[in-house]
Amino acid sequence: MGTILEMRGITKEFPGVKALDDVNLSVEQGEIHALVGENGAGKSTLMKVLSGVYPHGTYDGDIVFDGDVRQFRGIPDSERAGIIIIHQELALVPLLSIAENIFLGNERARGGVIDWRETNRRTAELLARVGLKEHPETLVDDLGLGKQQLVEIAKALSKEVRLLILDEPTSSLNETDSQKLLDLLLEFKEHGVTSILISHKLNEVSKVADTITVLRDGATVARLDCHQGVSEDEIIRDMVGRSLDDRYPPRDPKIGETVMEVRNWTVHHPLHAERKVVDDVSFHLKRGEVLGIAGLMGAGRTELAMSLFGRSYGRDISGEAWIGGRKANLSTVRRAINEGLAYATEDRKGFGLVLDDTIRRNVPLANLEAISDRTVVDPAREAAVAEEYRGRLNIKSSSIEQETVNLSGGNQQKVVLAKWLFADPDILILDEPTRGIDVGAKFEIYTVIRDLARAGKSIIVISSEMPELLGITDRLYVMNEGRFVGELPTPEASQERIMSMIIKSGGSK
Amino acid sequence: MTDTANPANEAMPKSQMKASWSFLRGHLREYGILFALIAIMAFFQIATGGILLMPVNLTNLILQNSYIVIMAIGMLLVIVCGHIDLSVGSVLGFIGALAAVMIVNWEVHYLLAGVICLATGALIGMAQGFWVAYFKIPSFIVTLAGMLVFKGLTLWLLAGQSVGPFPGDFQLIASGFIPDLLGGEDLNLFSLAAGVVVAVILLAMAVRSRRQQQRAGVADEPFAFFAAKNGLIFIALVYMSYLMATFRGLPNVFIVMALLIAVYSFLTSRTTIGRRIYAIGGNEKAAKLSGINSERLTFLTFANMGMLAALAGLVFAARLNTATPKAGIAFELDVIAAVFIGGASMSGGVGTVVGAVVGAFIMGVMNNGMSILGVGIDWQQVIKGLVLLAAVIFDVMNKKKG
Repeated sequence: MGTILEMRGITKEFPGVKALDDVNLSVEQGEIHALVGENGAGKSTLMKVLSGVYPHGTYDGDIVFDGDVRQFRGIPDSERAGIIIIHQELALVPLLSIAENIFLGNERARGGVIDWRETNRRTAELLARVGLKEHPETLVDDLGLGKQQLVEIAKALSKEVRLLILDEPTSSLNETDSQKLLDLLLEFKEHGVTSILISHKLNEVSKVADTITVLRDGATVARLDCHQGVSEDEIIRDMVGRSLDDRYPPRDPKIGETVMEVRNWTVHHPLHAERKVVDDVSFHLKRGEVLGIAGLMGAGRTELAMSLFGRSYGRDISGEAWIGGRKANLSTVRRAINEGLAYATEDRKGFGLVLDDTIRRNVPLANLEAISDRTVVDPAREAAVAEEYRGRLNIKSSSIEQETVNLSGGNQQKVVLAKWLFADPDILILDEPTRGIDVGAKFEIYTVIRDLARAGKSIIVISSEMPELLGITDRLYVMNEGRFVGELPTPEASQERIMSMIIKSGGSK
Repeated sequence: MTDTANPANEAMPKSQMKASWSFLRGHLREYGILFALIAIMAFFQIATGGILLMPVNLTNLILQNSYIVIMAIGMLLVIVCGHIDLSVGSVLGFIGALAAVMIVNWEVHYLLAGVICLATGALIGMAQGFWVAYFKIPSFIVTLAGMLVFKGLTLWLLAGQSVGPFPGDFQLIASGFIPDLLGGEDLNLFSLAAGVVVAVILLAMAVRSRRQQQRAGVADEPFAFFAAKNGLIFIALVYMSYLMATFRGLPNVFIVMALLIAVYSFLTSRTTIGRRIYAIGGNEKAAKLSGINSERLTFLTFANMGMLAALAGLVFAARLNTATPKAGIAFELDVIAAVFIGGASMSGGVGTVVGAVVGAFIMGVMNNGMSILGVGIDWQQVIKGLVLLAAVIFDVMNKKKG
């Protein structure tokens, strides 16, 4: 046995953010190596560097694979070397068969003509290796998620795989499918295949991993040898262990009466009607309160918020929402806005902004009535409003005539915020309000949140960054797999407590 | 007038030049299309030895293109909303046939028939918009089906025959002229006066909105451009109305067109409905999450398109003085081309009514000029196709650079 992969001193910067800072990762031949860390710790970025998504030259540091320094320029380069990644979002074409998917771009063909007999024979072999009994001509669409995951692995095996990387492979699988997948990894290990497992589920990690590397804030903080016995608590401490310094504005909350109450809210997946994305969630919100919803990606937090905001997500929504002591009608976005609700999306480019339009035209979009006389827009009032919010939120731009597509992430986020502040809601739901923006802009957004709460508004913050939630909220709910699994006042909360709530609830299913 | 937004520009000629230049780069498309129209007109004016701008030809040019312009206005809204309507040519033909059958065969009064036709057009638009807006069926498919359906229904309605002629009053829609209320002799004074009044109103409105912009501090157009653009429009309008006044005066259709252009320009640029349609085309998800009822607006956009196609159908039938089974075939292509030449974006959210109208006239002037020059219909098509391609390539490159 020797070292198959060594990543040395990897540093990767994005405009305004240092995503990876001198990261080291060393993987032994034939082991299962787990990579753990919070959302945004840099795990995915590191794997993108390794696989050539970020080509050689866009990062600093060396990748040594099989004893040679490699300079991958793209995924084909790294695949040729035998490094195969299976992403969290599956990359299968649903309306093609298993066999077609496995050999997509790598077809068994003679002179451009596909040899179907050979294709199906090889597919059957590969399926047998991953323990699937499906016919190679079955459409991927007809398989469950667990089996689709196995098809992905079979696809990886169809190439000469030397290092298999699985990014959150079990995040959308149930207990039995997860167990099967982990067993498969152990079986591959017997046959000498090395794998890197990226996972949030520490119970799974400690079950199968030989070595664990912990990343935090884009840096390597620990390398743990599992054969010497590692406890989950130890891993959690390494994952979250950082102090809260003055990255958050000081606050003195004045919390009033309950303004919103949601009871037994249940939402089903829009395509898979039998899947509950939000499962029997009840919560309340008080005047002047900043309420946090913690959880991992895919816990159902965005789905909860969007289903509340005018049924913008999901189907078969049931449950009641009470606002100001009355049962609220939230059946369309317009009605939700009229009930005093606002929702600033996590996906500001896809759902938040009309990117080709200027700041001036984006800011009043949710409240055009306020700048119009009987449906005729008053350009002077519009410009004044846009100018006011540009100043108030410190939106860095050449003028209000700048197109939002050309703004930085933080400033785009401020335009989305401005749009909702101008709509003057009583209850503001902010979904990942600081994702991908730099520290300075974060502080400005925290300040806006604090000032809103002080002015008597109620704010729900959804965030995957736990320190942020601990720094700016008054009370926290913890969400996992569609359910609220804990509630605690922020002063009593810690990252360790939140993490263990998530992990314990995950295992009890 | 000074630029309160950029006072430094007034002080230093050099920085003023730079500001002008950067403004021009940013607005190349808006000016480009106007310059293109002027250049094309100048070219044909010279190449045809002055025939292009002869009063009779100018009047003809407007009559010939009126129905394309009317439909281009509706199509602009559809395309800005992120859709397309391929059925407008067939709807135009169908409505013309319906009008002919009602007026000529059934002897319905032409005003009543006109109202029924417009309502039918709106219903056709709603029927198509319903599937596009509420069932998310791609508009390309729905209106392709509509194109076949209404082409077939036209044939059925006319039983394969041409139906006509229309009564004289109906023909006036397309071939009538504004009577001279001021009693000029060789010159239609009323038409000239109307042209001048409209030109003055446009100029006054432009000045007023610039004042407003300056007060709000958002005027970024250098004064020279503002003056040149509006001066040019003013002179062109007065000159055109003078030319037409020396022939028979302003055509009725011209008045209809001018009203539509004014109303829809206002609708798209100044009303909340207009804003919302642009937002839907620009990013439908963001628009919906901002509380905009995108389904209803998409539906109304198609209803409006149907109604304008019906209006164009009436104008076209009145102009030919007969309804033929071949009316409207391939018109949708000219209309869509006009909108894209006018700077609209295939993906929605971008485009102006004036741009679409100018685009329609660019196509019209080329048709007219090449016909006078005796260029065959074969090469006319080739050249028009290349102009459309060039305009869109220009758009895309310009956007990439910016």
